[in-house]
Amino acid sequence: MILPLVIIALLTIAVAAIAMTLRNLIHSALLLIGSWAGIAAFYFWAGAEFAAFAQVLVYVGAVSMVVLFAVLLTRRSRADLEVAPDAIGRGLGAMLAGGAVLGVLFGAVFATRLDVAPTAAPTASVRAIGQQLMGAHAASLLVVGVILTVALLGAVVIASTDREGGKEDAR
Amino acid sequence: MSLSPLQLCLLFSSALFCVGLVGALSRSNTILVLLGVELMLNAANLNFIAFWRFSPSPSPATGVMFVIFSIAVAAAEAAVGLALVIAIYRHQKNIRLQEANRLKG
Amino acid sequence: MSVVVVATSASEWTALRVVDSLALVATATDRFLECAPVMLRDAVTGLLPDPWRWIANGLFAIVAIFAVFGLLFAFLTLAERKILGRVQNRPGPNRAPTPTFPFAKFLGKIRTYGLAQPFADGVKALTKEDIVPDGADKVLHFLAPVALLAFATLTLVVIPFGRNLVALQLDAAVLYFFAAGAATELAVFMAGWASRNKYSLLAAMRALAQLISYELPLLLSWVPVVMIAGSLSTVAIVEAQAGWKFGFIPHWHVLTPWGFAGFVIFMVAALAESNRSPFDLPEAESELIAGHLTEYSGFKYAFFFMAEYFGMCALSGMAVTLFLGGWRAPLPFLEFIPSYAWFGAKLLALILGFMWIRATFPRLRIDQLTRFSWKFLVPLALINLGNTVVWALMSGGSPALALARWPVCAAIIVVPFVWLGRAQSASYAPRTYRYAA
Repeated sequence: MILPLVIIALLTIAVAAIAMTLRNLIHSALLLIGSWAGIAAFYFWAGAEFAAFAQVLVYVGAVSMVVLFAVLLTRRSRADLEVAPDAIGRGLGAMLAGGAVLGVLFGAVFATRLDVAPTAAPTASVRAIGQQLMGAHAASLLVVGVILTVALLGAVVIASTDREGGKEDAR
Repeated sequence: MSLSPLQLCLLFSSALFCVGLVGALSRSNTILVLLGVELMLNAANLNFIAFWRFSPSPSPATGVMFVIFSIAVAAAEAAVGLALVIAIYRHQKNIRLQEANRLKG
Repeated sequence: MSVVVVATSASEWTALRVVDSLALVATATDRFLECAPVMLRDAVTGLLPDPWRWIANGLFAIVAIFAVFGLLFAFLTLAERKILGRVQNRPGPNRAPTPTFPFAKFLGKIRTYGLAQPFADGVKALTKEDIVPDGADKVLHFLAPVALLAFATLTLVVIPFGRNLVALQLDAAVLYFFAAGAATELAVFMAGWASRNKYSLLAAMRALAQLISYELPLLLSWVPVVMIAGSLSTVAIVEAQAGWKFGFIPHWHVLTPWGFAGFVIFMVAALAESNRSPFDLPEAESELIAGHLTEYSGFKYAFFFMAEYFGMCALSGMAVTLFLGGWRAPLPFLEFIPSYAWFGAKLLALILGFMWIRATFPRLRIDQLTRFSWKFLVPLALINLGNTVVWALMSGGSPALALARWPVCAAIIVVPFVWLGRAQSASYAPRTYRYAA
């Protein structure tokens, strides 16, 4: 039961790390979508089927499309997709910061005494999730709905060009 | 010292978080920075599932519920973020983050 | 008749919740034909020791799906060409190799009516040169058809093909189906981008726009079914459609006002999702050469075709499961025909409908396509959702109320349909041409 977890974890981390270092934007985006799928595999391993499918549906199905669309819309030639190498100082600084955070997190994980896990996995049937969503979490569900609607409208307003008076935009 | 599955999950999520952090800090392409932030969000979601799965007295579906709401909010964030990327591109004809500093005093 | 019950080994892998394939146990009351596939499976995999049997059962399901749908794909291509030919007043492929027997001249030439065409096509695809454009992204160019076929096949496993025939029983099977199907867009995008061809890239953009637009009505159209059936499991949804009213009207979801509207919305969105005409904008041959398929040849091209037909079969199969009662017989006295035959008949009827539509409808423009989805299908699907709630609320009361829900629910969906349709078509006509008379 540990082995699948290790494989999923190593693959996901490796894919994400490669994606973050590649110079080709499309390859980066596609590899990151792969790592999102790896996270869905982890959910599936943990027994959270519903979360796994939601992850695939939202990330691999929807967010990935928006990302790829943004990549294609924000370039003028194919060469634009080759992201220029970044300043070495920035890269080193980022590595240092990331390494420090990693050290702190790993130290915390190793130092904390965690309760021994139960052998039986908790079950979350779709029915139970639905009843919780409609019962205890109904208010949050409504709020999420409002957030999504506002985000949709906001995204359309931000990204759309105004046709008549777009003088400061027309550069 | 042998690792418990819960610790392995936590190590997995923290490593993923740091990959996202390094990516978000080191890249200058706005889309890649946004993707790094998304990766960090996902790494945080992993913890919800891990603690739900391995906690001594799991409540019915709390971890899953958290993750579902988190995914919904992350989707909204991605949509708005990428709309912003397109708006930035329209103003400065590229999406280098360093050049988006016109409001700098 | 007793059928050997295969017990799932309680290995640690069950933590993955992969319920044993085909594990539905055929009951003793089933007729021979009904449980024949399960018996065949048990006869093959029963030779193995118990710990390995669940792997063998899974492999058997995979092989069965590939064999059945591979053959179905081969003959569907032929059927499509024949039907298109018939609609366009030409014979279609009819002279694929006719076998001659040099040792038995008296047999003469055997007419095959073009039935050998799929095999001739297969040989052609295998022996053709596989061309990869010079500037192409070689890895993605190779990965795209493979990924497309893989995702299209993944969607097939949760469809119950018969009473005992479902490869993977999941609690959230419908969600799994659309999650796996959502990934096919990525493969189309990969193909279009990797080809390094401007038409392919345009096709990739079009595919993304189209699939984002039609994902929404597709997902919204089956939510009423889940609400009424009370489950996301395909098996339970088929179970919910069991029985007959007055002994001859089946309880299929399509025979209710909300179900019919949902079915139509689902089929229109499915046409768009599987890139079939009249929504085949990504591969519009009169505008984009062949779209994302332009730079593909040989077996990779065949893979794309296979994936298209697999996707069509999967979506039609899902429509059958959700709305047309799955593998259930339409009338009680017809139940002696095995369930998978009914499923196959319904599936083929829907696919033939797809072909008929392809032969008769002109292709939409890209702006018409997105407008049709966002301004027509999505509002209708949302209204249908409310319609289902009204239906469910009215079904609990008195018989008069149960009778009254029919006209009420029909009106709730028909009035917006007419109104939205008028508003839509008002913006299309009359058409003016700037450079033509």
